[in-house]
This record gives sequence, structure tokens and C-alpha cells, in this order.
Amino acid sequence: MAGKTLYDKLWGEHVVRQDEDGTALIYIDRHLLHEVTSPQAFEGLRLAGRKPWRVDANLCTPDHNVPTTEVEGGPENIEDPISRIQVLTLDKNAQEFGILEFPMGDPRQGIVHVVGPEEGATLPGMTVVCGDSHTSTHGALGCLAHGIGTSEVEHVLATQCLIQKKMKNMLIKVDGQLQPGVGPKDVILYIIGQIGTAGGTGYAIEFGGQVFRDMSIEGRMTVCNMAIEAGARAGMVAVDDKTIDYVKGRPFAPTGELWDRAVEHWKTLHSDPDADFDVVLEFDGSQIEPQVTWGTSPEMVIPITGKVPNPDYETDPVREAGMRRALEYMGLEAETPATEIPVDYVFIGSCTNSRIEDLRAAAEIVKGRKVSDRVEQALVVPGSGLVKMQAEKEGLDKIFKEAGFQWRNPGCSMCLAMNADRLPPKKHCASTSNRNFEGRQGAGGRTHLVSPQMAAAAAIAGHFVDVREFL
Amino acid sequence: MEQFGRLTAIVAPLDRANVDTDAIIPKQFLKSIQRTGFGPYLFDEWRYLDVGQPGQDCSNRPVNPEFVLNQPRYQGAKILLARENFGCGSSREHAPWALKDYGFDVIIAPSFAEIFFNNSFKNGILPIVLDEVTVDQLFKEVQAQEGYQLTVDLEAQTITKPNGEVIHFEVDPFRRHCLLQGLDDIGLTLQYAAEIRAYEERRKQEAPWLFMHLHEIAEKFDQI
Repeated sequence: MAGKTLYDKLWGEHVVRQDEDGTALIYIDRHLLHEVTSPQAFEGLRLAGRKPWRVDANLCTPDHNVPTTEVEGGPENIEDPISRIQVLTLDKNAQEFGILEFPMGDPRQGIVHVVGPEEGATLPGMTVVCGDSHTSTHGALGCLAHGIGTSEVEHVLATQCLIQKKMKNMLIKVDGQLQPGVGPKDVILYIIGQIGTAGGTGYAIEFGGQVFRDMSIEGRMTVCNMAIEAGARAGMVAVDDKTIDYVKGRPFAPTGELWDRAVEHWKTLHSDPDADFDVVLEFDGSQIEPQVTWGTSPEMVIPITGKVPNPDYETDPVREAGMRRALEYMGLEAETPATEIPVDYVFIGSCTNSRIEDLRAAAEIVKGRKVSDRVEQALVVPGSGLVKMQAEKEGLDKIFKEAGFQWRNPGCSMCLAMNADRLPPKKHCASTSNRNFEGRQGAGGRTHLVSPQMAAAAAIAGHFVDVREFL
Repeated sequence: MEQFGRLTAIVAPLDRANVDTDAIIPKQFLKSIQRTGFGPYLFDEWRYLDVGQPGQDCSNRPVNPEFVLNQPRYQGAKILLARENFGCGSSREHAPWALKDYGFDVIIAPSFAEIFFNNSFKNGILPIVLDEVTVDQLFKEVQAQEGYQLTVDLEAQTITKPNGEVIHFEVDPFRRHCLLQGLDDIGLTLQYAAEIRAYEERRKQEAPWLFMHLHEIAEKFDQI
């Protein structure tokens, strides 16, 4: 009998019951909540007279709507009345149902996918869900983590379980050594460019190989975060010593004898050498260059040394039509070199790239340089209050501010522009976020997804540029 | 959960691949704390020429006459014909809420993004996967014939064309059962409450670190 994959193990440990047709009840260890996808779920509980099944499995924090500028006096004073209602509704629901919340103003508040791992609320081997597709982030710690809809948020609150069928196993193996200036974001954008935004649909993706073994936990989070952009609900990386070092000492991590027992178990959370994957894809990490997206889907990506593709050469008519629409929306000509795409806005933040390591990487490029006059706004939005504090301790805020960046408070911010941070129509944004869909960062806005280093370099140059020239 | 059985309705063709949930319902409308009222804002950025705001009365907004749902021949459509990877991106259930509120009960596409696919069933929408050749043929027929209607029968798992041709489709038996009966998932799961409790008791022995008391720990850290 073949060995088990990491996903097989995580799945197996969490099956409460399974029917003959494969429909299973899966137990959820950690449920994270934010203000946008939870209000209707809490309302559903109230209407049915139900209580949370296990209050301690839940943790919530507002992130999508929170302003990144200072709000005196807390959420009651959020200017946008609808954002205010949503944040206050989360506060109210957390209190009513007894769920732990890191509210606005708490240093532990931040983007839910930054907060979970940072607090040790996400532990290896857990099933982690949240009403947010980027929940795949937590797979970096050897978790089975994925996004759910609001009906499922209510289902998890009420039953601590989800009704699911097992996904298939995909291994994406990237070996070799990354070039200097090439980071986790480039790796995942490159993979999405290769397999497409539906390439992982139906699979749980395990990221393996030397590149991911060498990668920090923060970097693995960036990669797993965008598994959903490759169509896979869940991405994951095997537990190793780095994982265990990362978790150690975090507030909700076990201690003492419990820690030792947990570590013993966590060390088994990797695919067996003879594990059977449905699909194995291999890439050479040393060939990956810094990436930049040119279109309106994350798969529309090119290396910085490349050119915007020409739809005349596309043979599939549906794809060709999509490319033409994307070129028009983005205001780009086919075959424009990536380095000639202008940059009007810069956004460094989001659950993909707002951790301390991302800010350090960007600051290293920015240090001693100035944001180009052509750039109308350059934002740095740390992922959590604690990331912000750490960055300030290291003086990163000064580096950014001296260069002409704005240093903001934590939240999702311009990744999806639910708060006041918005990309105006027709403006090009170098963004470290995860989606370049039409209107994502603001109606009519033109998003180009890049790594934090590439965003920093673009801010300085006023157009996209190969960050390797800045090293 | 809403029930679905059988339907004969006009088909609207949305001829784009990778339609994402940001396009289905833009983010400004996610600020609602209700489940209803999203229909007028479905495909807002494509449907109207201005930028919509939550709570806005859409009756006087400038519509984009090019957009398929604004064409008179597709008014009253309850079946949406789409291309591959429909519903990709964000997990927002506001997307199926908006589609349902607008009037769509069935979506036919060669493939769907998983979270959207799942969310649709929970809201009484039937997403049907057909192979690309069949979908392509449907696009041709819908565009060629005004008032083109299909009959979708979930019980029989069939789609019947105006010319009487029948297409069989696959659907997960559990989901089919729930949709036909309009069953409440939570109620179903709670039938197994004893099994969930037993699982928890076993896990508390095997992996007690998964059952930490968050409030107590948070309070301890608050004091430091």
C-alpha cells in the first residue's frame, strides 16, 4: 500500500464520519472570522436559536473595512457609515456569542491571515477555516486550511464541522536555488502562470522541493496564500524545524509537556516518501525571474524581462477574447516590454505580503532612495498591529517615510478597497496583493501584482523595473 | 435551504472565461449585513456605466446597452450560460446571493471555481458542469434564437433543448438530495451531534493542544 500524503494525513485525522459516497463530516479546529462574511452567519444562528458549538475554536478580528489612517475614539468614529456598521456588528456579535476578538485599537488586530499564525492560533496539523478564500495561507504551517462561504461559516459556528468530500492530491515541486531578487511571490506567480487560475481546481496542493524547504515560514505563507489563485482551495507545506521554531513561544502555542507532545506529533506531518499524488508538477526554481502581471487574471503574468503577449498568436478563441479585453481594460498595447509599464500607485500590504519579512525586503530596496515624482501615492500597510510595532522597532517606518511612502495602520486596505484606500480609474498600481481582477482595487483601477521588492523598485523608478538592478 | 426541482426558462449567455466574484458583485456591496437585496447590483461594473453604491436606487442609473443582461431578449432569464472557471476568486457568498436575487436558478458552465460551486448549492442555485463542446454548442444556439429556453430537471438530471434533444448532467447525489428536498445542512449535521462529541473526546486525549482556552490565554497576555 502506498504511503500517505500530508493532505491524506490531515484529512484522515479530522473525519468525524464518512458516508459510502465519500461525503464526510470534517472537524474544524480553528475558525477565524472577520466583519464582512460573518454578520449573516451570526444572524442565522440567532434566528434558529443556536449557540456556537465550541466558542474557544473561534477567533475574530476586523480587517477588510478598517481605515488605515488613525481613527480617534474607535470604530464608532469610522467615517463611512456602512463600514462602521459592519465593524460594530462584529464587535457586537463577538460579545454576544462570547468569541475572542482583537478589536480595532488592539495591537493584535490585523489581517486575519496574519493574526492567526502570529498569535499561535494557527498550529500545525489543524483544520483552519475562515469566510475568506485566502485562508489557504495557513497551510504554510502544515495545516489543512481553506476558505468557506457564509453558509459554511454558520455551519461551522453551529456544528464545528463541515460537510465535504476529499479533494485530490497535487504536488508542486520546485527544486534548485532561487536567484537573488527572486522571492516567494515570484515563485507563486510563476506557478500560476504555468498552470493557470483553474490549474489546481479540485486539488489540495502540497508545495515541495528545495525552494520551499529553503523558504521562511512567512515566504511559505505568501505561496500558500495564492494557492486559491491557482484554483486550489488549500495549499500546504510539510512541517519541518522551521515550522516548529516559528510556532514556539507564540501566545496560543502549547507549552511544557504539552509542547513536547505536540512537537512529536507535528514531526509526522509530511508526505511519506512513497506517497501517491494524483498529479506531480516539477519546476526549476533557478529559472524563475521576478514576475509582474500585465492583465486582469493572476495567470496573465510575465517575467520582468518579458513583453506583454500578443493575442494575435493565441489559438483558443475564448482565451484570445479574454486577452483583448484585458489589454483594453489595462490600457496596454501588445508586446510592450514589462519595464515600460508606468506606475502611478504603489501598495505594499495584504494577506499575501504584509508580514515583517515583506516589509524588510521592501525597505532594503527603498533605503536611501526616493519615490518617483510620477507616483501619486505609495502606501505601506503592515499586516497587524504587532507587525507594525516590530517594523517601527527596526526603524523600517522611517526608511519608508523618508523615501516618500505613507506608513499606515493595519488592515486589508487597497487589496480590495473596502475601506477608504482606493485605486482611481485608469491608474496603474504596483501591488503586492493577490488579485488583479477588473475593479478589484477600485473601479477602473489597473493592478499589477508583484513582490514587495519589485513594488519598492517600481515606486523608485516610476515604472516596472528589474529589482535585480537594485541589489 | 431553498429547494430546486424543475425549471423551464430563458437562457442568458455570458461569453467570458474566468468570471470572478469581484465582477459578480463588487466589493462596495459586501458591506451589507443582510443576505438579500444584491440583485440590482449583480455584475454592477459591467451592467452600468457609472460606479454603483450600496443602497442606491438603480432604476435611474445609466445602463451599458452592450452588456448581455441589459438586452431585451434576455429579460427574465433564469438560466445563465457561462464559460470555464466561473466564480473564481473571493469566497464571498454575496455572489450567489446576487445571482439568486436577480433571478438565476441555474448556471451552466464547463467548470466552476470550487468555493463558488459549493456556495451556489447552499442557496438553491444549481450549477451544472457540461463539457466544453456542449457548452459551445449551447452558446451558438442561444445567440442564434431569440427567446431560447431550456428545461432543467434535477430529479431526472436532464436538460432539454427546444428541439427536444436531451442532455444528461452529473450532480453529486448528496447535493442533489439536499437541493430537491430543500434540506438545512446544519439540521442534518446536528443529527450526528453524538458522533461529533465522541470525536472531540477522543481528540482531547490524542491532541489536547487543539483545545486551548483562548480567552484565558489572551487575558494572561493582556496582563503582561
